[in-house]
Amino acid sequence: MNGFVGFVLRRAVGTLVTLAAISVIVYVVFYVTPGNVAQITCGPRCSPAQVQQVADQLHLADPLYERYWHFLQGLVAGQDYSTGTAVQHCPAPCLGLSYQSDQQVTELILTKLPVSLSLVLGAMVMWLILGVGTGVLSAWRRGRLTERVLTGITLVGVATPVFVIGLVLMIVVCGELELLPFPQYVKFTDDPEQWAWNLLLPWLSLALIEAAAFARLTRASMLETLAEDHIRTFRAYGVGERSVIGRHALRGAFAPVIALNANNVGSAVGGAVLTETLFGLPGIGRELVHAVDVVDLPVVVGMVLVIGFFVVIANAVADVLYAVADRRVVLA
Amino acid sequence: MSLVRTTDLTVAFDGLRAVDGLSFTLAEGAALALVGESGSGKSTVASALLGLHRGTGARVGGSVEVAGVDVQRASEDELRRLRGARAAMVFQDPLSSLDPYYAIGDQIAEVYRVHTRASRRTARARAVEVLDRVGIADAGRRSRARPHEFSGGMRQRALIAMALACEPALLIADEPTTALDVTVQAQILDLLHTLREETGMGLLLVTHDVGVAAESADEVLVMRHGRVVEHGPVAEVLGNPAASYTRELLGAVPRLDTPRAAADRKVVAGAAADGGAADGGAADGVVLEAVGLRREFGRGKRTFAAVDDVSLTVRRGETLGIVGESGSGKTTLGRMLVGLLEPTAGRILPGGGVRPDVQMVFQDPVSSLNPRRSVGESIADPLRARARGRAAAPPGSGPAPGREPVRDEAGIRGRVRELLERVGLEGAHYDRYPHEFSGGQRQRVGIARALAADPRVIVCDEPVSALDVTTQAQVVALLDELRRELGLALVFVAHDLAVVRQVSDRVAVMRRGRIVEYGPADEVYGSPRDPYTKQLLAAVPALDPAVAAARRATRRTARRHLAEV
Repeated sequence: MNGFVGFVLRRAVGTLVTLAAISVIVYVVFYVTPGNVAQITCGPRCSPAQVQQVADQLHLADPLYERYWHFLQGLVAGQDYSTGTAVQHCPAPCLGLSYQSDQQVTELILTKLPVSLSLVLGAMVMWLILGVGTGVLSAWRRGRLTERVLTGITLVGVATPVFVIGLVLMIVVCGELELLPFPQYVKFTDDPEQWAWNLLLPWLSLALIEAAAFARLTRASMLETLAEDHIRTFRAYGVGERSVIGRHALRGAFAPVIALNANNVGSAVGGAVLTETLFGLPGIGRELVHAVDVVDLPVVVGMVLVIGFFVVIANAVADVLYAVADRRVVLA
Repeated sequence: MSLVRTTDLTVAFDGLRAVDGLSFTLAEGAALALVGESGSGKSTVASALLGLHRGTGARVGGSVEVAGVDVQRASEDELRRLRGARAAMVFQDPLSSLDPYYAIGDQIAEVYRVHTRASRRTARARAVEVLDRVGIADAGRRSRARPHEFSGGMRQRALIAMALACEPALLIADEPTTALDVTVQAQILDLLHTLREETGMGLLLVTHDVGVAAESADEVLVMRHGRVVEHGPVAEVLGNPAASYTRELLGAVPRLDTPRAAADRKVVAGAAADGGAADGGAADGVVLEAVGLRREFGRGKRTFAAVDDVSLTVRRGETLGIVGESGSGKTTLGRMLVGLLEPTAGRILPGGGVRPDVQMVFQDPVSSLNPRRSVGESIADPLRARARGRAAAPPGSGPAPGREPVRDEAGIRGRVRELLERVGLEGAHYDRYPHEFSGGQRQRVGIARALAADPRVIVCDEPVSALDVTTQAQVVALLDELRRELGLALVFVAHDLAVVRQVSDRVAVMRRGRIVEYGPADEVYGSPRDPYTKQLLAAVPALDPAVAAARRATRRTARRHLAEV
């Protein structure tokens, strides 16, 4: 267990370093990006004087390191912001105020994050069931019709963009068959049942795309395991094929599936933009794209840090699961 | 009724006949060894006995009857009931033959539950019982370990325990000791012998090692190209072989008790005029000297010394054998001598102050050659490297042993052809790729590559352990010829005591990183002083079944003695 504590500590430090590096990179990138930020923020009809006022307010003329230092101070100690008419206090993990709406970025994230997490975690359950299930079936039925049909379906899954699948699903399920209402985000805390019904289609369309990759990976790793010597041992000892496949061969597919899953979950938190847009879900991805459009630096930095955080955490969880699944793995 | 009866068994893969009309019977409780070199079809026979070729695309003809089951006609269910319950198989590589993800006890219990209607708890208890039976100490606790937590010998014991779980009438053992050290091999063979005495089960042993067959079987069946060469009682076949192939096979087996002829030892007069004293080699012929070598791996608390305080000398025209079991540090030592590893402490001195020019021949001729380059290119590499090195160095900077490096392409090609011919291949083989060669030929390419740099010392790390005995003998002969004719010094690193004896003038026995015995080969083998050397020598299988039985008895008393102390 001592090793586990050490592992967590090392990972925590690693996460902080990674996030610090990400924030610096985002600051630098936005600093060197051409374009008049004050003008964009203020709007096209602003007079030069108004633009100058906005630039002063946002400290756009300050040198890069000063602005970054300012950001760090807010993060650790909180910050008071003057928005021209009033003073707003932004408490401790303060990521600043949106240039556009003066809303606190921390608050903004807290409203968007549950939407993204609902979408991604639900979809994850679906893609694991669909993907691993399909993979096992096609490894088991290798060379037969079942496998060829499944391989064909997964190929289509890999090749079809999410907006096509999602749109088709929506038209058929909600429009033609009227089985479900057109999706609309309902908070889990408000009504769990409606939450699930409304997310069903977004989950399914995101999962269908991702499941294809899992199916192929599961199939490949299982076939690899099936060729190994210990599988021969169990066959030579009269162990039935169901047990050989379900107990021994499937176990060999765990590690790669865990690794791929960690990657996908981590990146889907901020990367499911298409799904969010298509189904009108107010999640992180959509907000981030919008913020980049209007050069809303505090929002971009905040969102990117949250996404980075989830990618790092997902990978740390994957490492722990590795070690649980395979005792030969030592956490380090 | 016989336990196994095959009539005209043939197994063909894609039209290639691996087994061709094999008929034999095995009586209940008897032990038969199938002996042959790689490609003889012996393992294919073992798999056919359990119907393991079903669904693999292999075509099996003739009839196979095992423990009353007609394997050819049996349904899948009947076959499953045969496998593991009445006939159980022990495989060669005990690490890969167990599932790495599950506890060993659970794997044995799973097999037991397939064949009995036992509860989980009963099956688990049975697993512990059989693990205890095969000599795993503290079996209850160890049964929860996973395969990687077991040593090689323990894993093989665990596999045998799995085989024993359902008390089969027949045990099929496919090269059960090939991956093991010689002392562990002796323990496993003794275990099989004891189990047979106590349970009365029959044994079908598949092996390439005639000594292992002599130790464990009553009858021997020698196979070649899928056919029977000779079949009879073990003492008769090994003692007085009728077939010429059997004689050839036995002749190629290196023996512990034959010292090499002294006449052969001499370096051909005038050989390698550019070696030895001519270019400053020490007067006593020492070309390489290691003093107090130590090599550590790991850091902090986990540091361990793979090689610890090893000193030795290598002389011109002489073979130094380094023998030891796995983990003894022999490979690490070899790599330090070549310069592939830096010693943590100690020094390697070239004899007479000359750059030592040490080259290496590796164990696995398959993976030590680049499969994407022609063998000629592989051999040319050291020549080109040398040409570049010399071109870069200012003239007169240090002595240049060996011939002048060739720089032009035609010269290099010519030299490679020469080298290929020197090791018994053809110059025209330059443009062929490694996969076009047999194992023995590939090892010859490896030797040619080592020779290309004009070394004075060649370190051979297990150069023949991946080869069949007849091929092994040829490669050993080649190395010896090169030593004599070129005045090379050889360092021969191997685990096989008999091979080392066959080639070495002097021998160093290693254990846990240290040299426990070091001296002329005849002395070390003839009158070993160190107890570990004695133990090693006692563990080597004897070719004579009577001697084998006597040795086994000695080992048994020794073990009992140890247990009492």
